[in-house]
This record gives sequence, C-alpha cells and structure tokens, in this order.
Amino acid sequence: MNKISEAFENKKAFIPFITGGDPSLDVTKKLILAMQEAGADLIEVGIPFSDPIAEGPVIQEADERALSAGCTLDKLFDAIKEVKDEIHIPMVFMTYVNPIFTYGKEKFMQRCVECGMAGVIVPDVPFEEKGELSGVCKEYGIELVSLIAPTSHERIKMIAKEAEGFLYCVSSLGVTGVRKQITTNIGEMIEKVREVTDIPCAVGFGIAEPEQAKEMASLSDGAIVGSAIVKIVAKYGEDCVPYVAEYVKKMKAAVEEAGK
Amino acid sequence: MSKGRYGEYGGQYVPETLMNAVHEVEEAYEKYKNDPEFNRELDDLLKNYAGRPSLLYEAKKMTRDLDGAKIYLKREDLNHTGAHKINNVLGQVLLAKKMGKTRVIAETGAGQHGVATATAAALMDMECEIFMGKEDTDRQALNVYRMELLGAKVHAVTSGTMTLKDAVNETMREWANRMDDTLYVLGSVMGPHPFPMIVRDFQKVIGEEIKAQMLEKEGRLPDAVIACVGGGSNAMGTFYEFIPDKEVRLIGCEAAGLGVDTEKNAATIANGTTGIFHGMKSLFCQNKDGQIAPVYSISAGLDYPGIGPEHAMLAAEGRAEYVPITDEEAVNAFEYLSRTEGIIPAVESAHAIAYAMKLAPTMDKDKIIVVTVSGRGDKDVAAIARYRGVEIYE
Repeated sequence: MNKISEAFENKKAFIPFITGGDPSLDVTKKLILAMQEAGADLIEVGIPFSDPIAEGPVIQEADERALSAGCTLDKLFDAIKEVKDEIHIPMVFMTYVNPIFTYGKEKFMQRCVECGMAGVIVPDVPFEEKGELSGVCKEYGIELVSLIAPTSHERIKMIAKEAEGFLYCVSSLGVTGVRKQITTNIGEMIEKVREVTDIPCAVGFGIAEPEQAKEMASLSDGAIVGSAIVKIVAKYGEDCVPYVAEYVKKMKAAVEEAGK
Repeated sequence: MSKGRYGEYGGQYVPETLMNAVHEVEEAYEKYKNDPEFNRELDDLLKNYAGRPSLLYEAKKMTRDLDGAKIYLKREDLNHTGAHKINNVLGQVLLAKKMGKTRVIAETGAGQHGVATATAAALMDMECEIFMGKEDTDRQALNVYRMELLGAKVHAVTSGTMTLKDAVNETMREWANRMDDTLYVLGSVMGPHPFPMIVRDFQKVIGEEIKAQMLEKEGRLPDAVIACVGGGSNAMGTFYEFIPDKEVRLIGCEAAGLGVDTEKNAATIANGTTGIFHGMKSLFCQNKDGQIAPVYSISAGLDYPGIGPEHAMLAAEGRAEYVPITDEEAVNAFEYLSRTEGIIPAVESAHAIAYAMKLAPTMDKDKIIVVTVSGRGDKDVAAIARYRGVEIYE
C-alpha cells in the first residue's frame, strides 16, 4: 500500500476520480494504470451507489451505468486487486456510508487492505458521525479522509485537527459537477486549516479546465477532478482510456505549473 | 454517539455542506418549541386554518359488520388539504418564517405533503419548490396541478427509480445548493436529526387528541391504535402519546405491494435490514451491497424503501407491531370503507383500514380499536378504477 501523504511529497497533487465499473471493470483497471502513467498522484475510485446524494447528474449517470453493467463490491475489489502490484501511487475509495455498513465494516476494510487502498472518502459521514468508521479504519490502517465545505466556517478547525491523509476542500455549494466559476474564497478556507495543522489540502468540485486546476492548486496542495473525467468516459465508452490519459496529462501539467 | 438517536437508529449522516444548515434548524427549533408566541400562532393555524381538532368518529356500521371490537376512526382526512401532512407543514413553515427564510423546498410521494407545503407557503408568503418523482407526477397528475395552482414550482425527478426516494435525493441536493434563504420542509419522521423529532412533535397532536377524545367518549384508553407507515409520520403522530401506555397496542401497517415474498413491495420492517441512508441509521430495503432497492406499492405515499428511525426502535423493542398489507387488501379496504361508512380513504390509509378489518373480528366486543384515516381518497379514485380495470381519465 502507498500512503496518501506520498501524493503530496514535494509536489502539488493532481487527483483524478473515476467511477468503478463504468463502463466496465476492465476499463476501470486500464484507466487506473493509464492515469498513473499520465501523472496522477493519487487516484479516487468511486464505488457506484444507487442514490448518490452528493453527486450531480454526470456521476449519478456513471453510477447507474456501472450498476447496470453488473458492478458489485466484490467484483470491484477483485478487479483492483488484479492491478494492485502495478500501482505505485496511493489510491482511495470514494463511497457513501451505506455500502460500507451493509457489506460489513470489517469485511469492507479487510478488502480495502487486500487491494492496496490507502483511504476512504465518505461524504455522508460528517465529523459528528465519524465514530461510525474511525475505529474500524484505524484497525485496518485505512485513512478516513475528512471534508470541509464553503459552509463549514467555524467547523473547519475542529475538522482539520483530526483530519487524516489529506483534507478534501469542497469548492462550491451543491453537488459535484463542472462549474464555470468557483466563487468560494479557497485561500481563506486553507488559512483556517493552517492555523491548526499542516495536513495537505486538495480542492475538488467543479474543476474541469487546466486554468482552474492551476488556480486551485496554487491556493492549496492539489486539485481533484471527477465529473470532467467521467464525461470523457461517458463519451468514448470502452475506448475512453487514451482520451482520459491525455486529459490527465494536461491537467497534471497545469497543477505542476502551480507548484513552480 | 451523535445527537438524535433512537436506540442505535437515527443520527445526522449528511454531507459537511449541510451540517451547519441542520444545526441551524435544530437551534431554531429548540428556541421556538417552547416559545409562547410561536405556539400561540401555531395553535391558531391548526384550529382556524387546518380545522383541528379532527373528529374521532365511531364507525358503527363497520363495527356491526365486522362483529368484534368497537372501531373508531381518527379523521385526519377532514383536515384542510385532506391529510395529516398539514399538521407538520404549518409547524415547519412557521418555523422557517421565524428563521428568516423566504423559500421552502420539499419532496413529495403521493403529492399530499407537496400540496400541504405549497398551501402553507401560499398562506405564509413563501416561495415554494416541490420535488416529485416522474412516476408519481404521472400517477398523481391532479396533485401536481394543485401544487401549481397554489403557486409552487413542481420539479419532476427523473433520476433513479423516479419515485419518493429519488425526490428526497433531489431535495437534499437542492438544499445543499441553496440553504441561506431556504428550509427543507421534510414530510416524514425521517432524514437527519432534528427532522424525525420535529415532524413527530408536530404530528403528535393526532395521538393527543385521540387520547382526550377517547377518554371523553369511553372513559378509557383504546386497546389498539392502527396507522399506515411509509416514512411513518401519521403513525408516529398516532403512537407517540400512547408509548408509555403499555396496555395500548401500537400497530403500523406497511405496504406489501404484490406480497412480502415478491420483489414488488415496500415492507421495510418485514424485509429491510439496518443501513444508513437519507441522513439516518434505520431499516431499509436494500441488497447485500447496500444498494437501495427499488420498492413498489400501489400507494405512492408508502412507496419508500426506508422508515423513520423511531419506528425502527419501537419495532426492535417490540413496543410497536408492524404488519404488511398487500395492494389487493388495501384496495378492498378502500372500497369497503367507502361503501360501509361513506368515507373514501386515501389508499395509504386503506392499508390501516385493511388491518382493522382483520383484527376487529378476532377481538371481544368490549375492546376498542382506533384507526387513523391519514388522508382522503379523492386523489386515488382514478388509480383504483384502473386497478379494477376501469379506464378513467383525470
């Protein structure tokens, strides 16, 4: 397993997201390897969920495609385990809490360990409910990534103090999806974090263009891109791998610019 | 353990973006729930606008026909807007007003909660947007037009199974997008804390009235109270006052659709397992990967894959019983009550009537059952006609 912190060592991180099993698990394996090759520093694999309340239409549709193509937790774990030895960057799962809870928390974390996952991002487990997962995560050495949002204000310090791996800074209100403009004062959010911890902060939600990625990475330690990549997957289907790789290369270069 | 727990159930499982919003609702509710001015205004609305107290009606013909326990009907169908939903909505929209909000949003299944929310919003000068599954906007087209008449904007939700759970998803997404001026008026005893508590508190008037009316009419408590359960707000409202009265059986009727053993049902207590969804830990119909199951019921209002956390606790403790009622049994009860008492119940409420029809004949004549008729059935007439093979166009 590669630790999350490695993604941020002496560099700004580019963090692509894909939905596991969209359009097939075979493509998921190829995408992980191709994105690593194209310069991704950390990869987020989304576990498809029937009711993803924090997602916009693009990722909702990806989840539907993956589930109707027959993606299950066991099949996703098996697929990632197959490519695990070829991966030298950290990976995390992005999942809603119900699949973890219902599959069985212990069993879920055990499978994460087997496929080399470094952490989990669970958007519907806020700070106050962290106890639901923190114990079992710790037991299996899986880092539980916390999120802060534009509405977090006075909550930021409390969350940041206990954050593990990296802190996911949600750039905008609402759900995931490409936005023309990010109007939140990201610099101010990061400043509040810095008062209590030096944990890496990566910005996600709404980023699609290299310029945005560069700007967000210059204000923080990295940029997370989901919907823009999932759109490419939706457009090219089984043939999406080279297109995604090309996009990741471009975005990684923009994020590197921010680090100079 | 976090706030808002009912045994192991409940909690506040929402994205960080919404945490301050749910805390704001919680603080406002704590501030106003014992505020004399707030309660005076709410009581006035309930009495002079919604028409409370609702009648407790002795169903003599039904009692005679079933030849067992004496049956009373709690007539929530007689409230303004035709269902119990108005009790909660007047409370929450008044709360929104006090909080300085100018806009309310809500999910709706059958459309009853949407109509009630649109009504309260019209009365209290609030902007109103309702999210309703596409399948339900088709099944309940009249209610869509009703909401629009009342000045609300209705969004047909086309994601997922296009029913109530998807409407809840979409309303949560909208709330996360805009919360400064907006309150999410949740329609049932579900969702993240404080909603299960707030909705129960605004609905508990049903049980409080039943108790007072029963003591006045019979000088004693009923032996059983029966209500239908989707998310569970009219049942929670009916049960709550009686929880300490252990001798009163609390019976919730869930939608068994084509049968609990088929794939077409919404019987959460019978078939569900513990999960975490829509902001709460509770029981849900789901598969072993935690994917929420597509559920089915003839009744759009009971077509929900979860149940409020307090019901999950009452079921686990054995304090309340939950029984499945099929579409066929509900439709029979719908027709039975119409013919026997001249009362057309909502198809949701017909699930409770159906169980009373089974239970009453097994009880002695000196026993008493109260059934909550949560809503009136005008909205369902066309759907019931179709079920019986009669094509009626609304």
